[in-house]
Amino acid sequence: MSENIRTVKNATCTFCGCLCDDMELTVDLDEHRITKAKNACVLGRAWYAEHVIEDRPAAMIDGKEVDFDEAVEEAAQVLVNAKFPIIYGLSDTTSEAQREAVAIADYIHGTIDTTTSVCHGPTGMAFQGVGESTMSLGEVKNRADMVIFWGGNPAVSHPRLFTRYAVTTKGMFIPNGKKDRTIVLVDVRKTASDPVANIQIKVKPGKDFELLWALRALVKGKSIDPSIEKITGVSLATLEDLVDRMKKCNYGVIFFGMGLTMTRGRHFNSGALMALGTDLNEFTHFVVKPARGHGNVTGADNVVSWQTGYPFGVNFNLGYPRFNPGEFTTADTLSNRDADAAMFIASDPASNFPKPAIEHMKRIPVISLDPKQTITSLLAHVAFTTATYGINTTGTVYRMDDVPITLRKAYDSPFPSDEEILTAIKKRVRELMLSKYGTSGVRREAKVASLTPL
Amino acid sequence: MSSAMRIVNGKVYDPINKIDGETRDICIEDGRIVESIPDDASRIDAQGMVIMPGAVDIHCHIAGQKVNSGRKLMPEDHKRDPHPGTAYTRSGSGGILPSTFATGYRYATLGYTTAMEAAIPPLSSRHALEELDDTPVIDKGFYVLLGNNIFLQKLLKEGRHEEFRQAVAWWMNAAKAYTPKLVNPGGDEPWKGKRNTNVSDIDEKSNGISPRQIIEAFINTVTAMGFPTPPHIHCNNLGHSGNYLTTLETMRTAGDQRAHIAHIQFNSYGGEIGKNPSSKAAEIVEYINQHPNITCDVGQVMFGKAAIMTADAPLAYVLRGISKNKWVNADTECESGCGIVPFTYQEHVYTHTMQWAIGLELFLLSEDPWRVILSTDHPNGGSFMNYPKLVRLLMDKSFRREEIARVNQKAIAKTALNDLEREYTLNEIAIITRAGPARALGLRNKGHLGPGADADITIYDEMENKEMMFNAPRYVIKSGVPIIFNHEFKNDHSGRLLHIAPEYDQKIEETIKPFFEDYYSIEFDNYPVNDSYLHDHEVIPTGPLSS
Repeated sequence: MSENIRTVKNATCTFCGCLCDDMELTVDLDEHRITKAKNACVLGRAWYAEHVIEDRPAAMIDGKEVDFDEAVEEAAQVLVNAKFPIIYGLSDTTSEAQREAVAIADYIHGTIDTTTSVCHGPTGMAFQGVGESTMSLGEVKNRADMVIFWGGNPAVSHPRLFTRYAVTTKGMFIPNGKKDRTIVLVDVRKTASDPVANIQIKVKPGKDFELLWALRALVKGKSIDPSIEKITGVSLATLEDLVDRMKKCNYGVIFFGMGLTMTRGRHFNSGALMALGTDLNEFTHFVVKPARGHGNVTGADNVVSWQTGYPFGVNFNLGYPRFNPGEFTTADTLSNRDADAAMFIASDPASNFPKPAIEHMKRIPVISLDPKQTITSLLAHVAFTTATYGINTTGTVYRMDDVPITLRKAYDSPFPSDEEILTAIKKRVRELMLSKYGTSGVRREAKVASLTPL
Repeated sequence: MSSAMRIVNGKVYDPINKIDGETRDICIEDGRIVESIPDDASRIDAQGMVIMPGAVDIHCHIAGQKVNSGRKLMPEDHKRDPHPGTAYTRSGSGGILPSTFATGYRYATLGYTTAMEAAIPPLSSRHALEELDDTPVIDKGFYVLLGNNIFLQKLLKEGRHEEFRQAVAWWMNAAKAYTPKLVNPGGDEPWKGKRNTNVSDIDEKSNGISPRQIIEAFINTVTAMGFPTPPHIHCNNLGHSGNYLTTLETMRTAGDQRAHIAHIQFNSYGGEIGKNPSSKAAEIVEYINQHPNITCDVGQVMFGKAAIMTADAPLAYVLRGISKNKWVNADTECESGCGIVPFTYQEHVYTHTMQWAIGLELFLLSEDPWRVILSTDHPNGGSFMNYPKLVRLLMDKSFRREEIARVNQKAIAKTALNDLEREYTLNEIAIITRAGPARALGLRNKGHLGPGADADITIYDEMENKEMMFNAPRYVIKSGVPIIFNHEFKNDHSGRLLHIAPEYDQKIEETIKPFFEDYYSIEFDNYPVNDSYLHDHEVIPTGPLSS
């Protein structure tokens, strides 16, 4: 360890959607690494410990090092010359970078999609149908005397959700922390989160919707046949007890995870849960909250929504935004072989997408922006190495409850940020589009067969 | 950026400088109006046209977490109304809650060059600032929600008025806001903490403090600190029959100090709570006419699509109960509530017609257009895109009669609307859309065309049909840059953030911090917004001398 040590207080860990902003980072400026992350959870400690500045080129074309400007030019040419370019990722970068990415998609009449489409996308769709009653995490800390976790395992995925926001933490009207709360866990199996719960409910796999619908009926005072136990694995008495507790609490909250959104039922499950939360407001104050995973996936939803009106899966082929999950979401644009160029930002779809999608990635020019070498960056035609958000860059991130936080930089990276790279590509794309299509108003001919958009 | 330009031959309406339809040259240089420029500067010939300052929207909901939740909630509404880009402008979605770019461009297409977002909790002010930065053309700012701030209420309950004052100033700086906004003050705690209830009287104490005490403290503080505009107040009991008494009491609480009552139409109802409202527009206007310290915006209801979008969460829940439509509630720790419900005002519905008529009565009975300002409380009373139609309703009594004939006659019969013959003049329209809101906001460089003013200018073809006229200005110039030229977008422009930065004693942070560490979920040092969010901005002066 060198003598050149710096401490950064109140830094934000961007590993998960909790965005804990109380990190105290010890930074070795000579070694370019964070040697200690006080207050971090096990995930946060690993996130900081693993982050080093790698000895890699800042920009490569087909695996060969090139100038930054050359890579920007090539990326812009690829995007402008493609007929159906897609941009994807964005959940692990700042909202400033996300704003640039949507701008590029707009200018090139491309498609913009985020990792929301493979995590809480169904929740976004359910939200469009039923809305939700929700809250900032501080309300849970201050008020929630009943906390339900459904289809998630926060002890592993969001370790500090319990201690910092939702279970053991003390708040304004919850002076004794966990003692003042009833904690319920609904899941299909035993998880590491079980010990926190006062009540554990084990639902049969794939039967979340049925269980939620039965709860809604009970909340509304309808009778439920005891055969519900055969269907869901949960006895009627358990359900009645749960409903009674939910109605009697002062401030109830349900956190839910991908156990609900990525299993049978998907947006029906999320929608049923949100509707249950809404129904309960007839009796007491009740809120729900999807426990979002990636550091700034909530920011991605926000930015894409404020610029286009829709949260993910947005296509600009006709010169204005259209939303159609299943058509414009990335697993589909790749698997269906629609995309003829792709830019992946802060995401590694080549490591976790369906096989037909990955096969198609290998056929088309790919541009990648990532701090690390990834499977995606290895197959990329143009690959940028980036500074890591929250460690090497400042910028804005949105916590899972939409609370925006400004990142603090720990130390400089020799690599540019996503925002800098995307701003440069945007500028060049704009010039190329204007020289190609002029300012006559029509920037680009529509590239879909049907001109009936709606 | 902008070269010199002279606009010639147009009829100028500039009420602040007492110019009422005279033909004058307007000279522009470096983004400002100037006395004169060289003769060889470029010219716009405005023969047959009307020149007004760029319009100012004093109250709308166009940015931030609440608006964005509404956008996410209503894809069906965006789908009906796409907003294509041009060579100069970004694309987006329209509808009742347009995307940020569409919002800025659509305001510009109506001749609006400034708009104030009316309700942002400090905790999400970064979000609002990011969206406002993506809202092109217009200058903009926001009012910050402090009326249900638990810490500030604690100071008041303990009689710590000087610290309250310092804390309000600190919060304005921390959020980069324009003025405090009080929404249903005192109503959050019963909503969040007492099973979705509400306060029902201005003197009813909730958690040891009454709405009146909160309102009084803010008015005193803002007056003493010389903010450019007083607190903007969304009164208690908004939307409920019989609430005009609460509104009158709220205005009386101000004494002779300045207060701005937001979307006052929604607070001008007679009748019994839970029953159909009647009109108390005359009583409300009477008070305003007699009290020059009060300003208000009307919050006119326009038939068609709307979205209820408010920090008054209990109200949104009541309305949700009527429509059973999808509903959003969003609680912000220690600061605010929020409710969103898609809504449609219908001509045949008694209550909706009554609301529409009350708004028009307020306009038509007002004796001082400077203080009764045009708004629809976008999107609550309807989209800002309705403004041209509203202008025609005010200027054209035969059109008004036609419209009256189409709505619920039982409701109309209980109002004075049929007897009101008044027609607004172009000069009065320039007052309620430009000069009045600029003056109420303390924006000295806006709302007029005198030397030194921002070169925010709208040029309309003069037409008989005032809706058509105000729907499509031929030229819109923002900070000297021709944005719309001969009806076409010719430039893009980012617009400025307008905010205040009152001085405060830094020791107040030591008072706020312990509370913050106990009850907020982010760190105190990460709460104030830093200057990186300001971009192009203007600090409007505060202090005893500026008011």
